[in-house]
Amino acid sequence: MTDANGATTPAAPPATPADGAAPLLRVRDLEKVFPIKKGLLRRTVAHVRAVDGVSFDIARGEVLGLVGESGSGKSTTGRLLLRLIEPTGGSIELEGKELRDLEGEDLRAVRRDMQMVFQDPYSSLDPLAPVADIVGEPFQVHFNMPRKERDEKVVKLLEQVGLSAQHLRRFPAEFSGGQRQRIAVARALALEPKLIVADEPVSALDMSTQSQVVNLLSDLRDRLGVALLFIAHDLSIVHHASDRIAVMYLGGIVEVGDADDVYSRPCHPYSEALISAAPVPDPEVERTRRRIVLEGDPPSPLDPPSGCRYHPRCAYAMDICSQVAPEPTPTLAGGEVACHLHTSGPTLAGRPLAEMSGVTIPEPG
Amino acid sequence: MDRHPHPDPNADPFVTSGNAGALDATTEIERSVEGAWAPVMHHTDEMPGHVGFWKRFRRNKVAVAAAIYLILLILAAIFASRIGLQDPDAQNISEINQRPSAAHWLGQDDLGRDVFARIIYGARVSLQAAFTAVALALVIAVPVGLFSGFVGGWIDLVLMRISDAIQVIPALVLALVISGVLGPSTTNVAIALAFVFTPGFVRLVRGQVLSVREETYVEASRSIGAKRGFIIRKRVLHNVASPLIVQAAVTAGFALLAEASLSFLGLGVQPPQASWGTMLSRAFAQVFQAGWLLWIPGSAIALTVLAFNLVGDGLRDALGAEGRN
Repeated sequence: MTDANGATTPAAPPATPADGAAPLLRVRDLEKVFPIKKGLLRRTVAHVRAVDGVSFDIARGEVLGLVGESGSGKSTTGRLLLRLIEPTGGSIELEGKELRDLEGEDLRAVRRDMQMVFQDPYSSLDPLAPVADIVGEPFQVHFNMPRKERDEKVVKLLEQVGLSAQHLRRFPAEFSGGQRQRIAVARALALEPKLIVADEPVSALDMSTQSQVVNLLSDLRDRLGVALLFIAHDLSIVHHASDRIAVMYLGGIVEVGDADDVYSRPCHPYSEALISAAPVPDPEVERTRRRIVLEGDPPSPLDPPSGCRYHPRCAYAMDICSQVAPEPTPTLAGGEVACHLHTSGPTLAGRPLAEMSGVTIPEPG
Repeated sequence: MDRHPHPDPNADPFVTSGNAGALDATTEIERSVEGAWAPVMHHTDEMPGHVGFWKRFRRNKVAVAAAIYLILLILAAIFASRIGLQDPDAQNISEINQRPSAAHWLGQDDLGRDVFARIIYGARVSLQAAFTAVALALVIAVPVGLFSGFVGGWIDLVLMRISDAIQVIPALVLALVISGVLGPSTTNVAIALAFVFTPGFVRLVRGQVLSVREETYVEASRSIGAKRGFIIRKRVLHNVASPLIVQAAVTAGFALLAEASLSFLGLGVQPPQASWGTMLSRAFAQVFQAGWLLWIPGSAIALTVLAFNLVGDGLRDALGAEGRN
């Protein structure tokens, strides 16, 4: 696939999960272009390439963390998977079935297998509906289940997320943010989906409740074997909960790999910067460690930079970076990275970036 | 590395469903505290107590008083013929324009009729016209507003321009013209007023739909696989309902006033049938003989319109807080 500059777009690492089995979800070259309309006639004056050629796999029961800064297209990717917004290109296969071809009843049916937990638990729950109706909605929608039977199921779900039957008749306003997010998780679990897309499920919560919800999600994965696409901007949170991590920048994936490898030994300069931005809980380390501070704002997806999209902000940028978009190449740790440092110039050839930059990531405490 | 920091091999919080009924709330929480989510349940004590709609409404004493007044008035109007009132149409030419007395609590009018009985029977006509107008307007406006808001596009544009066109004409003038064309009668007054009120309700519903449909909980319903009809019924409609109820209460007050105005001008309820507007009109002719007669239907109208507005305010406060806090 080529972009406006005629160069191939970066980052299409089809990183397959380690076990080699057929993936649960297979995403290839996923693309979403939003037209910008202006004026009385609503003429399209420009295009935003929000998601530009994203490819990844998720295995059964696997947690894939998707990280990137605001505007990198990670939430759009999540919504595209569920077809809450329509992709403009690429393919999404769930258990080998192409989701982009589905319409009407078929789409409704496949939505049972994929559920979503939204970022803001204050707006994702109907404020006027009691918990029984919110969590029971999937049963009503898909099975038209009578209330009594529905309530029994809802209680079981509430217990799975650490709430109880006494909460059945309460309204969302009566719960704390963390509890609301648990309700949202319970709703997502109702249909026993194979995949849950969690779109920044903890970023609207207090620090104290964040880890609870993260732990809840990974516990549910362990118990129920549900796969998870965990979208977040904070790598340190995703790191604990994920098996693998994909790092997104400006609509494309720049690095994929095992969670520990990407977090502790990143191969892409952007991953390194992202990890370095997270505070370290040890004040001693926090004061003395070297931080990489990214200059400027992320470039506008209206007019993405030529070549590697990260090159204007990259501390290691070479001449080639502004000319040719880097292809994904395997890393020694088994992931993939789209960066010229690994193929040309001072070739890293899949070794962690730290070997060149000297930046070390403090081990999490 | 330990990715799941809280596993406790001894306690399994998932296996509570079987005996959940036997445990009371406290033991349930304590069990969880020992289990995997120790920090989680601490939030339970932060949970605000459930403050229901009625509790909130009851706090507003003025609105409660207004609601009681309206309920009594409506009951009196419904059972007017069974509560021992005098005949509202019985004339007594020898006792005209009499001030209030023990026999006639609110006096007698220019034909010697009992004013109290006429006020209650008049309430029946006036309230009926007001409620019919509002109900009719709602029946038309809710589906149109939902449709307009949900479908959008040029249909929405056309519907909104039509409602603009109706709304630029002053309400009372429009109602005057319509009841003038339809001919004076109680039913026609209601129809005229319904026509006047419909655009306002359509706009209200449409505006609510536009904001509600962008809410994440509507997107959540879509992601679950809910059909559009389900989303409109279960998610949109009841979120539209609160402002609509408030608006309906306030509009009912205005309808009452408009009915009185039209009847006063002779385009509404026709004599000898009693309505507050016709009573006012009748009393107006006697203003130099018995000026106090104006005060009685006038106060009834003012009080009742005020009561509708106060109840509307009370509902707004009580319903509004049920949303996000």
